[in-house]
Parts: sequence; C-alpha cells; structure tokens
Amino acid sequence: MYEYRAPRRDMQFVLHEVLQAEQALAALGRDDLNRELIDGVLEEGAKFSESVLSPLHWQGDQEGARWERGAVRTPAGYKAAFDAFAAAGWMGTHCDEAFGGQGLPYMASIAAGETFVAGAMAWRMASGLTEGAVAALQHGAAPLQQTQFIPKMVAGEWTGTMCLTEPQCGTDLGLMRTRAVPSADGTYRLSGTKIFITYGEHDLTDNIVHLVLAKLPDAPGGTRGISLFVVPKRRLLADGSPGAANGVDCERIEHKMGIHGSPTCVMRFENAEGWLVGKPHGGLAVMFIMMNHARLGVALQGLALAERAWQAAALYATDRLQGRSLRGPVAVAQPADPLHVHPDVRRMLLTMRAFVEGGRVLLYQAYQWQDTLDRHPEAAVRQQAESLVGFVVPVAKAFLTDMAMEVTGMAVQVHGGHGFIRDTGVEQLMRDAKITCLYEGTNGIQALDLMGRKVIGSGGATVQTLLAEVQRVMATAPGAANVPAAWTAAVHRLAQELGELTTVVAGRVTHDTAEVGAAAHDYLNHAAYTLLAWCWWRTVAALEQDPGIATNESLVWTAGKRATARFFFERLLPRAAAHAAAVRAGAAGLMEVPAEALLA
Amino acid sequence: MRRILVGIKRVVDYSVRVRVKPDGTGVALDGVKMSINPFDEIALEEALRMKERGEADEVVAMSIGPEEAQQQLRTALAMGADRAILVKSDTAVEPLTAAQVFTAIARAEDARLVLVGKQAIDDDANQTGQMLAALWGRPQATFASKVEVLGEVLRVTREVDAGLETLEIDLPAVVTVDLRLNEPRYVKLPDIMKAKKKPLDVKSFADYGVEPTERLKVTLYVAPATRSKGIMVKSVAELVDVLKKKGLA
Repeated sequence: MYEYRAPRRDMQFVLHEVLQAEQALAALGRDDLNRELIDGVLEEGAKFSESVLSPLHWQGDQEGARWERGAVRTPAGYKAAFDAFAAAGWMGTHCDEAFGGQGLPYMASIAAGETFVAGAMAWRMASGLTEGAVAALQHGAAPLQQTQFIPKMVAGEWTGTMCLTEPQCGTDLGLMRTRAVPSADGTYRLSGTKIFITYGEHDLTDNIVHLVLAKLPDAPGGTRGISLFVVPKRRLLADGSPGAANGVDCERIEHKMGIHGSPTCVMRFENAEGWLVGKPHGGLAVMFIMMNHARLGVALQGLALAERAWQAAALYATDRLQGRSLRGPVAVAQPADPLHVHPDVRRMLLTMRAFVEGGRVLLYQAYQWQDTLDRHPEAAVRQQAESLVGFVVPVAKAFLTDMAMEVTGMAVQVHGGHGFIRDTGVEQLMRDAKITCLYEGTNGIQALDLMGRKVIGSGGATVQTLLAEVQRVMATAPGAANVPAAWTAAVHRLAQELGELTTVVAGRVTHDTAEVGAAAHDYLNHAAYTLLAWCWWRTVAALEQDPGIATNESLVWTAGKRATARFFFERLLPRAAAHAAAVRAGAAGLMEVPAEALLA
Repeated sequence: MRRILVGIKRVVDYSVRVRVKPDGTGVALDGVKMSINPFDEIALEEALRMKERGEADEVVAMSIGPEEAQQQLRTALAMGADRAILVKSDTAVEPLTAAQVFTAIARAEDARLVLVGKQAIDDDANQTGQMLAALWGRPQATFASKVEVLGEVLRVTREVDAGLETLEIDLPAVVTVDLRLNEPRYVKLPDIMKAKKKPLDVKSFADYGVEPTERLKVTLYVAPATRSKGIMVKSVAELVDVLKKKGLA
C-alpha cells in the first residue's frame, strides 16, 4: 500500500514554467499572489494531504459509509480530518473575503486542490460540494440567505449538497417531479425524492444545506420550468443556529462500486421549508454557472487518481524483481531485474506518465482560462475566455476521466495478479475512477455538449478561438526553436485536421442531425489529443527555460520529461488519426442498422 | 515586552534522499526540497503555544542563510510568528558563528527566552544553543521534552540517557528542544495570506557586529558505504566463531 506524495516539482513546473502563473494572476490584478505565495499554498496543502488525508483513502474504502435508521456514519477519521481542514481555512479558498473566504483564483490554489483530491477523493467530496454550493448561493441567493448560510459553510460548520437527480430523472432534467409550493411568508415548501445525493446525510456537521432543483406550481414544461431552492436539513432558530428537523430525510445510501467512504443518499423532502435561489424558473441558469466549475472538479478527480496510480506503478516497477532484461541482466547482484527493464512495462509506465503530466498542463490551463472568465477586468478578454472554457471543459472532463480509467487499469496491470488483490491498493483506484466518467454529465453527454452546443451551436467559433490560441502560444513561446521540428509540425497538422473535421460534421448536420451524436465521442477525443500534443509541445519548450537545467538532479528530471514527450508524440498521438477516421465515417454505420438487427 | 526568539534553519527536507555531488564538494541541493529544520519547527510551535497561553507577548523568528531562507521564515510567519529577521549568508554557517549572531540578536531584542532545535538535521552539530547560552551568559536547558513557565522561572523536562531530568532555570534563558515536546500545527490558509504582510527584516553580519570566520575546512564528502551482502550461519557457535575472526568478539 503506497501513501501519496504530492508531485510538487511537476506541479510547480507546470504552474510557473509552462503556464506563467504569476503573469496570469497579475493580469487579473492579483500581483500580490507571487511565486513564493503560490508555492507556500501548495506546500501547506500537500503536507495536509500527505499526512492527514492519504491514510483515509484506504481506510475509508475498507470501512465505507454506514446508514442506520436515517443517520449516516462516515468512516473513522473523516470528521477529525474535516474539522482540521475547515480550521485550516481551506473551505474558504475561493469564496469572497466578505463571507470569510480568501478569494483566491484557481491558479493560486489548484495544485493544493489536486493534492486534496489525490489524498482522499471520497472524503474530499464533502468539502468540494460545499464550496460549489457556496458559489451558487453567492451567485443567486437573497442577501439574508447569503448571510445565514455562507459564513457557516465557509467555516466548515455546515456542508452543502446539490440535489438534481430523481429516480425517473437523470440526464433529462425535464422529467423532474419535485414540487415547490410558495407560502404566504415568502418561503417555499418542497416535496419529492432525490437520489444520488453525495453527502446528503452524514455526521460531519450539525446541519446540511441542500441546493434543490424543483418545479413551481406554474412551471412551464421541460427544463425551462426548473427553479433552484436552498433547503437546510434543520430549520434555523432566530439566532441562526440549527433548530427543529425540516422534513428532509435520508431513506438509505447506495452500495457502490467505488468511493465507499462517500455516502450516496436517497433524500426525501416532505414539506421542507426553503428559499428561492435565483429567479423563478431560472434554476438552470444558476446551475450552468456552477457546471463549468463542477465539471473541472471531476476532471481534477480523474487527474488526481491517475497521479496516484502512476506513483504506485512506478514504485512497484522499481521494487518488484521478475525476469531478466532482454538485453541481458541489469541488477546482476539480484536474483532478477526490476519490472521497469521490460519494454512492455515501460510502455505502460510511459503511457501513464504522458497522460498524467500532459493532463496536468491541460487541466491547469483550463483553470487558468476559467480564472480569466471569472475575474478579468476587460469584457473582450472575458468573452474570449468564455469560448476557450466552453470548449475545454467537456474535453477535460471526458478525456481526463476516461484517461483515469486507462491509467488506473494500467496500474493494476503493472502489478500483475497482485494488482487484483485488495492489499496493493491499486484496484481501489480503478473502482473509484469509474464514477468520474459518469457523474456531472456522463462522458457521452460531454461529447454531445462539445459537438452540439459548443462547436456546431457557435457555428464553429469556439474551435476557431481555441485554434487561434494554440497558434498564438506556439508562435510566442520563448523555447519554441528548441522543440523538434517534427513535433511542431504534428501539432500544426492536428490543429488543421480538427478544423477540417469541424467543417465535415457541420456540413453533414444540415441533412442529418444524428451526425452530431455520431461524431461527438471521436471529435472530442481528437480535440483532446490535439490539445495534449499542444501541452507536451509547451512542456518541451519550457524545459529549455528551466534555470536548473545544467545540474545533475535537473538533468535526470528533464531527461524523464523529454523521454515522456517523445513517447507521447511517437506512440500515443497516432491514436488521433483513428478518431479522425471515425469522425469522417459519419452516422450511417451507426444508425442504418435496425434496432432488432443491432440487438439480435 | 516578553519576547521569544526562535532560531530557524533552512535545511534539506527530511523526506529527501540526500545525494553527494560526484566531485565530493558537498551535497546536491539543486531542485531539492528545502524546509524548516524539524526541531526548529517544534521550537517555534512551543513559542506560539506560550504566546497563546499569555506567557509571551511577541514571537520573533530568526534565521541565518541565503536569500531563499526567506521562504522558511515566511512559513514561520504563517505558522504564527509576529515578525522575522534574516541575517544573510551565502556560505554554510558554523555553530559558533550562528551562536554569535543569535547572541547579538538576543541582546538587541532584549529576549526573555530563546528557543532553538537541539540540532539541525543537515550537520547534526548540536552546539548552537549551548554556545549561545555561554556567550549570552544565561542559563540553558537542552533536549527539552516539556517546558513550563513559572513566573520568572522555567521548569524544563529533559530527555537524557538515564531517562527524564527536570530542571528549573531563571529567565532569560536558552532552551533547545527535542522531538517529543509537541506536534507542530498545520498552517492555515488565511495565515499564509497574512504572512505576506508581516515584517521580515533582512540584515547582514555587520549589522550585528559579527565577523564570520571559517574554522572548519571540509575536504571531502563521501556517501556511506552500501551494506554488503550478509552470510547465513547455522548455529550460535558458528556465529561466535565468525565474530571472533572479525575481531568483534
């Protein structure tokens, strides 16, 4: 069983050398957030994650959350860690200072954020969802509810949830049945059943703030008739402290494939008192603002689990001795060579590393664009960032979570039969990873969102904005001249091909709308490999800028980076061609076969 | 003003596997994670607890080292120190030089207590605190595992070879701390932000009238020999035999 070590060096390299975090933050007017501070935030987050959270990752999986007569008990150690996390002020990382937060942009804190997820993903969801709920309240709640709820949540006294899904209503929110009836005093009474509610009930805090989607009596049909409400588990007394029960009950928790420490609750609301957040029938507008952040959060889970899997595999491949190198013994004094001498093991290790480290550049870049969208002073710059974020969010969510399945699966593979045994801990990573492909919109939905809403819906504008940004960065990167010409050409070729694929799909959609869905998955993956190639190109360019380059330690580190870049361009990037071919194949091959023949 | 000074040394992080440079001139430091010496972190934690209990008014972190040692002092400020002093030095500092500088700071700051780690995990010298007490002319208690403030007297429990020893010493005094004294706190995010605005004075040796002299000359660094493969013996008699042959028994 391996404990997690935060990859500080790579995180700092990505933030400072590749993405120029200081300059990016200065452009938002935050030149107070210098490198020393960014590294300080990372270091303290990493320390907390390694010593407090990492042990909970395994323990929480073994013990799991338990339901008993409506109450939910979280695994041993969860509450103590939650209290310590809150006391250290991490719950308020992004929240406005007016409500007791620190108001930090992502670029100043995302690396620490990654360490929290990698430390104990199932535990982290309680605080992560609370941060999301705080942002929704900040955006849409009335001032009274903001002052009643937000400071308590930022202090970690209460947690938050998001209640969307119902038994008959999953991806299709138009099927929602939960009702909200207005009272004379301006409050609402909510009734209905919500499922898959993460931390809907638990023993971490004495109150829980549910954000609930429901329909008003006069709601129009479909998704346009959905409103958002804030509904506490216990009603608030005059002094703001929790009082009587509010008709919110946990009927049971689910038995799941993974994230066992996180209680997934069936919640029943019976005449529960709540307040409107945002406008009547405007619930989805608030939810959509939250959506980018939530989906980036899931992409971060994919990255974090993949990092943990890579660390476990790298250690095992060093310690485990089996067989001899095909080129003759390497560890002559030992009875066998370590696993990493074998070409096929190297293939797996380099695949894992290429996805994890390239994925980190991609995701941190996405967060930097999100910062620009949220905080840049100029409207034109924000508008450009909106296009970039709109494009990259579904790509990052779907690709990095599918990637997490591949990478965690490889960690099991590197361990051989021992990977299938619980004691090595890697099978848990694989089980935990699968949910990231499913929630916050399945990866199929992400692809549809990208292809339909973002690309075709904008008349191709988002992809044009993205490709222009790809070219701009490559034209201005200081280390550009030192990147092998073949790799530079590969990125340009793929960028051009992505543009061509867009034209192909847009042309077909005019006579068959199914072309959008038929192309979506492969279009998204082609875009992802294009962006990942761009990220690895930038990594290699930045290596030339690394001031520590001449020293021995750095030489080993940069040699590893370069080898991984080479592996990516030679052996992973060719996958893009397969996706391009699939996009070009069109809808016919999927849609023409009759259902009875398909399922025969 | 009841002021506590805490010595903070920037060292290679305890988790780093230290490597000797190929030319034997020292330990490879590039790209290596640096941290506060763990014993000094415990000293700082103790000082902060004293202040929180109302037994001190101000905690000042002091360090001697390169410009980059500001990072460790910022961490000390984020943990809760009120201000910090860095005496710049671009070469390794010997214990006597450190003790001279700390003595000068203790006098200039009118310190009531100086807390330092019992040793630094890089050179393991275990000398600075003792020399400081001698130069300053004040009592010392070393290897502390418990410290109580009784008015103008400190009661210090020490970890010694025979077990625990309890001393009472007059303030102002020097205490060097051991591992079991306390468990340092996690730094709070809001305090990292606040630490940016706390004063950190950068000084020179000359400011404290100290002239660092090199009394030790390191000629070569060598990594310890790796352990060679052992042999299995069949009986105690054979073991004794082998030990005798090696001159060990």
